[in-house]
Amino acid sequence: MNEIVQGLLEAGRMIVTLDRDLIEITLRSLQVTLTAVVIASAIGLPMGAWLAINRFRFRRETIALLNALMGLPPVVVGLIVYLMLSRSGPFGVFGLLFTPTAMVIAQVIIVTPLVASIAHQAIRDLWAEYHDLLISLNTTRGQRILALIWDGRRALLTASLAGFGRAIGEVGAIMIVGGNIDHATRVLTTAIALETGKGNFALALGLGFVLIGLAIALNIAIHALSRTERDSQW
Amino acid sequence: MVSSILPLEVAGACVRKRGAHLVGPVDLTLTGKGISILMGPNGSGKTTLLRLLHGLERPATGSLRWSAPATEARQRQAYVFQTPIMMRRSVLDSIAYPMTLHGERRARAREMARDWAERVGIGHAIDRHATVLSGGEKQKLALARALIRQPDVLFLDEPCANLDGRATREIEAILTRARDEGVRIVMATHDMGQARRLADEVLFLLKGRLHSSGPADTFFSHPRTPEAKAFLNGDILE
Amino acid sequence: MITSRISATVSAICVSAALAAPAMAEEMKMAVTTSFHNSGLSEVLLPAIKTDLDIDLQLLVVGTGQALKLGESGDVDAILVHSRSAEEAFVDAGHGTERTEIMYNDFVLIGPEQDPVGVALSKDAAEAMSRMALGEHSFVSRGDDSGTHKKELALWASAEENPEKFGSWYRAVGAGMGSALNTAAGMDAYIMSDRASWLNFGNKGDLKLLFSGDPVLFNQYAYIPVNPQKHPHVKAELATRLKDWLVSDRARELIDGYKLNGEQLFTFNAVDPNAEPAPEQGEAAEEEVEAQDPDTTEVSPEQTQPLEPETEVEASKPAK
Repeated sequence: MNEIVQGLLEAGRMIVTLDRDLIEITLRSLQVTLTAVVIASAIGLPMGAWLAINRFRFRRETIALLNALMGLPPVVVGLIVYLMLSRSGPFGVFGLLFTPTAMVIAQVIIVTPLVASIAHQAIRDLWAEYHDLLISLNTTRGQRILALIWDGRRALLTASLAGFGRAIGEVGAIMIVGGNIDHATRVLTTAIALETGKGNFALALGLGFVLIGLAIALNIAIHALSRTERDSQW
Repeated sequence: MVSSILPLEVAGACVRKRGAHLVGPVDLTLTGKGISILMGPNGSGKTTLLRLLHGLERPATGSLRWSAPATEARQRQAYVFQTPIMMRRSVLDSIAYPMTLHGERRARAREMARDWAERVGIGHAIDRHATVLSGGEKQKLALARALIRQPDVLFLDEPCANLDGRATREIEAILTRARDEGVRIVMATHDMGQARRLADEVLFLLKGRLHSSGPADTFFSHPRTPEAKAFLNGDILE
Repeated sequence: MITSRISATVSAICVSAALAAPAMAEEMKMAVTTSFHNSGLSEVLLPAIKTDLDIDLQLLVVGTGQALKLGESGDVDAILVHSRSAEEAFVDAGHGTERTEIMYNDFVLIGPEQDPVGVALSKDAAEAMSRMALGEHSFVSRGDDSGTHKKELALWASAEENPEKFGSWYRAVGAGMGSALNTAAGMDAYIMSDRASWLNFGNKGDLKLLFSGDPVLFNQYAYIPVNPQKHPHVKAELATRLKDWLVSDRARELIDGYKLNGEQLFTFNAVDPNAEPAPEQGEAAEEEVEAQDPDTTEVSPEQTQPLEPETEVEASKPAK
């Protein structure tokens, strides 16, 4: 109990004093995760919409696979990305291992199925609702996807946010591919793991509270942002 | 560009779904002016026939032929569903949507939408979100959205089924006006009073087949078949 | 999925330009062991290296096993580890250019304050290990193939004990030093730790340092640049410059001068390169290193235990 209080105090102290290391790793956390989420959304959202609208062979199988990939264990993803990016691996020539880019790649792989799957569900429901109207209005396939993505943007934002939530708190994969290098690839989660390892529970917990605060703040910000553009009564 | 996509020739059209025979064979010619009211007991196939005419259902056999190329025919007709489908947009953007599909400039489309919102009586609500409107307002929005492209033919599937008397009258006024402006209307309804108020022609549907059709006056005053008579009396038809 | 993965990779590569820190200094990656990093010595050495050499030394903190693996696959430019036989095998296999001993620290035996099996009474490390094996009080082992783990296994062997035959009191946690210490604190168990990790550890609980000072507990650190002939991309030139720095007087001052709770943690013992068969070393280096020897003896008497002058001689060729 005492340690939790200490952790809260530590979090407060670091924030109030604008601790330089804290700011640095927090920014890096955001940078890596937001980049990963943007890329994952760019892939996952249209993919989910496409799966919802199109009928093709192996569609069910594809969706089942997508749902299964949602449960990809991050550690395994980390390990595979590590082996891919290692100098002795197939993409070794790029020298990406232990860089923020490697962390972004791992997170994109972890998050994309999640974003695509949630987007697919949301768009599928909306498509069921809009189907007759859009057919009646003689829309083209492109116009349909556009209408569904635009009108489903709130649900899609939720999908991206879910991706963000998964990515920002992820430690297994980015620890492996990033290496937790001070001033290079250290982010909030890996710093927490490190400080826990040193027995510095107060500092670890403090970082943990900052992480939680960050996730909540971003959710609220995006929620507020999407609310202002909507009808106040909706 | 033809002057009208009418007449529509339907010959021997049937609709089947999962082996069940729903409608047909139907032969009819849709032409002229005015309002055709599609009547019949529940399950007689009114909705399916409307969807068939509009192209939401494919005929398993038989044919539908508009007097215009397919795409043009599709674009110059509109459909109002029993439960209005509301897009997650503002009222204005919802009404403007069909115009934007044709590459109409956004400003111009919105201007037209504002005009139509006024005409159907929801001008006060253009900035509200479509999904929060009342039932009557939603159906008026659906009408404005259907009429904005000035269709040759408008299909309506019991548009007033869930509305109170006042909203029903308002919608009837909109339809009458549209008819007077030359829109050919085909509407299914259960409401005998509404049918009497609006119908120029009645299509009486029974068990998926067009039982009889003809001028409204004749249908209501001198029903020719025992089934039509029974239906008008409110008897249960098996 | 494959397409998306490739496009993810491609876009991520594009992003990497934006993400890479605008570093003026040259970057170099070195794999080090947790025990080295936990000591906090890196926080003294890294800024000095940055100032003196203009090298941004990025540390990958891993176990010795993984550090060697990283060097083998060319993912780092150099390694700094402490497991002599593994290091020599590494160099012999051609993965590294040469092994340079830099400094040593020592391992200590930690356990519950009450010391139920009497580790503190032991006269040497082997006896302490025997007592623990006999007493069967909980013992936490790293169990992660790290240098520390290997050292622990060697100590059991020296006491003629075989951990594979131990009962459930012997807990191999498969984790780093800090996690293992956390576990030991939670279980009130015995554990072997490097002194630095122990001193820096913030969650001591009822644990106490019970035994230290036996020369077999000394722990030699060596620096090995990754072989550029195997991995042409490694920054061999930087690695060489770093080596020259690590054996310099400047490094000696920083390493010997680093204290935690008043205790010196590391003893600099980079030896004269020419005393070993390393023909490419120049004569200037020889003089320089020899000139340092008197200093060592002068400093030593001030050092706190266990760094007695006579043990230092043995430490330069650690018992194995």
